[in-house]
Amino acid sequence: MNNETKPFSFKVPEPTSRPGDEPDFTGMDIPAAGSVRRPDIESSAEDMKDMARTMVRVLNRDGTAVGPWADPDLSSDTLLFGMRVMLKIRAFDHRMLSMQRQGKTSFYIQCTGEEAISVAHQLTLSPGDMNFPTYRQQGLLMAQDYPLEKMICQILSNEKDPLEGRQMPCLHSAREYGFFTLSGNLGTQFIHAVGWAMASAIKGDTRIASAWIGEGAAAENDFHSALVNASVYKPPVILNVVNNQWAISSFRGIAGGDHATFAERAHGYDIPSLRVDGNDFLAVLAASNWAVKRARRDLGPTLIEWVTYRAGAHSTADDPSKYRPKDESDAWPLGDPILRLKAHLISLGIWSEQRHIQAEAEFSDEIRSATKEAEKSGVLGEGSSRSAMFENVYKEMPDHLVKQQQELEN
Amino acid sequence: MTSMTMVEAIRDGIDIKLGEDDDVVVFGEDVGYFGGVFRCTSGLQEKYGKSRVFDAPINESGIVGAGVGMAAYGLRPCVEVQFADYIYPAYDQIVSEAARLRYRSNGDFTAPMTIRSPCGGGIFGGQTHSQSPEALFTHVSGLKTIMPSNPYDAKGLLIAAIEDDDPVIFFEPKRLYNGPFDGHHDRPSKNWTGHPLADVPDGHYTVPIGKASVYREGNALTVLAYGTMVHVSEAAAEETGTDAEIIDLRTLLPLDIETIETSVKKTGRCLIVHEATRTSGFGAELAAQVQENCFYHLEAPIIRVTGWDTPYPHAQEWHYFPGPARVGKAMQELMEVA
Ligand SMILES: Cc1ncc(C[n+]2csc(CCOP(=O)(O)OP(=O)(O)O)c2C)c(N)n1
Repeated sequence: MNNETKPFSFKVPEPTSRPGDEPDFTGMDIPAAGSVRRPDIESSAEDMKDMARTMVRVLNRDGTAVGPWADPDLSSDTLLFGMRVMLKIRAFDHRMLSMQRQGKTSFYIQCTGEEAISVAHQLTLSPGDMNFPTYRQQGLLMAQDYPLEKMICQILSNEKDPLEGRQMPCLHSAREYGFFTLSGNLGTQFIHAVGWAMASAIKGDTRIASAWIGEGAAAENDFHSALVNASVYKPPVILNVVNNQWAISSFRGIAGGDHATFAERAHGYDIPSLRVDGNDFLAVLAASNWAVKRARRDLGPTLIEWVTYRAGAHSTADDPSKYRPKDESDAWPLGDPILRLKAHLISLGIWSEQRHIQAEAEFSDEIRSATKEAEKSGVLGEGSSRSAMFENVYKEMPDHLVKQQQELEN
Repeated sequence: MTSMTMVEAIRDGIDIKLGEDDDVVVFGEDVGYFGGVFRCTSGLQEKYGKSRVFDAPINESGIVGAGVGMAAYGLRPCVEVQFADYIYPAYDQIVSEAARLRYRSNGDFTAPMTIRSPCGGGIFGGQTHSQSPEALFTHVSGLKTIMPSNPYDAKGLLIAAIEDDDPVIFFEPKRLYNGPFDGHHDRPSKNWTGHPLADVPDGHYTVPIGKASVYREGNALTVLAYGTMVHVSEAAAEETGTDAEIIDLRTLLPLDIETIETSVKKTGRCLIVHEATRTSGFGAELAAQVQENCFYHLEAPIIRVTGWDTPYPHAQEWHYFPGPARVGKAMQELMEVA
């Protein structure tokens, strides 16, 4: 018997670099594009465990699509559409950040660096499917041409805000666009998606759910509730974990993702999982398609970890230079999703530097005029009705609220 | 004495306890390296090391649950829940565990821990950065619930909370962190400099848990308030020229009914003000106790001014927030009763 013991030490993970240090991603294993196998969609979780420790990548350094995940039938239209939507989001984020600085909205959340994930994923879904997003998936709406002006009015909380000023900027709700109402409370939506998918199965429906969560929020109990229910009932749901390396000031290690991957968490629950280069538009399309196909064929849930980097601040209330090196984003080894798709499109001969610049200018104009139009209905809460505060608490307003509303009006 | 903001006073209180007592540990989301999104723990990890002050996974139930385990071991955790609006995932750990350890084990295990959390509105935070859920905790046996209104009390009460042998819920009105806020959102914001209660003694001192303070003396009516509403009520009293006596409850549970009783028996009129929703809010408990203890001294029905019974709205924040106009109007109504 060996009873050797020594005083324990308390271990707190630390990121490789903090402000003032050189950014360091040398510990990150990045397989060459095209080198990772593409399992059959009927594979069991057991048969594809290797997929959770590697990274599905399609675009190589020259912008060429290579390997088993490259889709030879991918149309130029889809690629060009994806490019345009990503450019539009980037221009939109840029504009909304400046609106916040001008005091026209109280708050904004950008998704810079992560555009490919929500845009390409949305392109693989069908009408009737339901996303359960976080606040960083504006791409799901943009990829469906959600009206810009409406989106801006929500952010300005003005007279035309579809949510009538009740909800914080960026916390959209759009059932018609398959976009579940956003909660400010992290993680809650993950289990909702599973429940929605269970309902779809109970009813013999063919609609699927797609759940979204950040790697930081994957620490919440609801993440595990989602996985255990998905494991037990095998409903048609895709469980997306967007690993953008940073929560607010805490890095992925504080969510338990320093050495184990988030994709691996699925294994304990008998759920097949993939780990994917989230800055590779083609890889996102291919992996999403794989998971959507599985779900449609009633083969059950898939968990996908999207590896990406939060290039901007967490929100307009955040200053990342306080906790990570300023130039860490430039050192991120998976590059920028827009620039990578751009190289691919140019290599295919369907895009050019000039068209790129032109498109940027077009979107900047389109967004400027949408913003001007939206501002006519007010900024920073102007024009929101105070009686709207009492509506939709219940279907029918109970007497005590009627009285309170009268008290406010008098 | 040093003039401090509420953030600085809170940090100073934690700092002193970390320095005095090796069993005190501090953790929560963004609390370690960064020092908290409101900066209440800034510099403390550097000073005391990562075994004493550290970042927690985004899992409030885990933050409190781990705290209960540490407390059972013998530590005195002081944990932070980033916003009171995010305390609900931890509610089971607080209500069924922290609050009941002592009772169910007959004192064999206890949970001497402090759960700090910023509460209240006024920052355009919408329904998930504005709530005042104190009544959900005062309703639970085994918990103590505190909400300070100024830097002096914040430091003294926080030290007392950390030293207390029972679990304490410590709500910090975030709108007061950097200055006294009287509800006039359209006026330039004030800072704590020059406020008498921003003069904070250096070193260790406590403000006793369970003791209210008479924040402003008066004879015409009694205001029962806590947190931000103390300052709103003060503005309302001044603007309406009401000779109001404002009781700052400071601790909600255990409640200092003596101080309340003395004041209400003197004035004969009682106004209760809180930012939280009205129905089943802490004001209901206050009204009941005033009625039980002071009925024959009351010259007018008790009035409550509170947030409306709706989720905290974003754009309509200032229609929701019980500001000085609403409080002042209630004071006048209360004085009109012959
Ligand atoms: C239940 C809950 N706890 C804490 C917060 C505060 N909060 C908002 S965003 C955030 C970080 C989330 O990080 P991650 O899940 O990685 O998503 P990312 O912002 O990186 O996209 C925190 C701690 C919250 N909104 N809800």
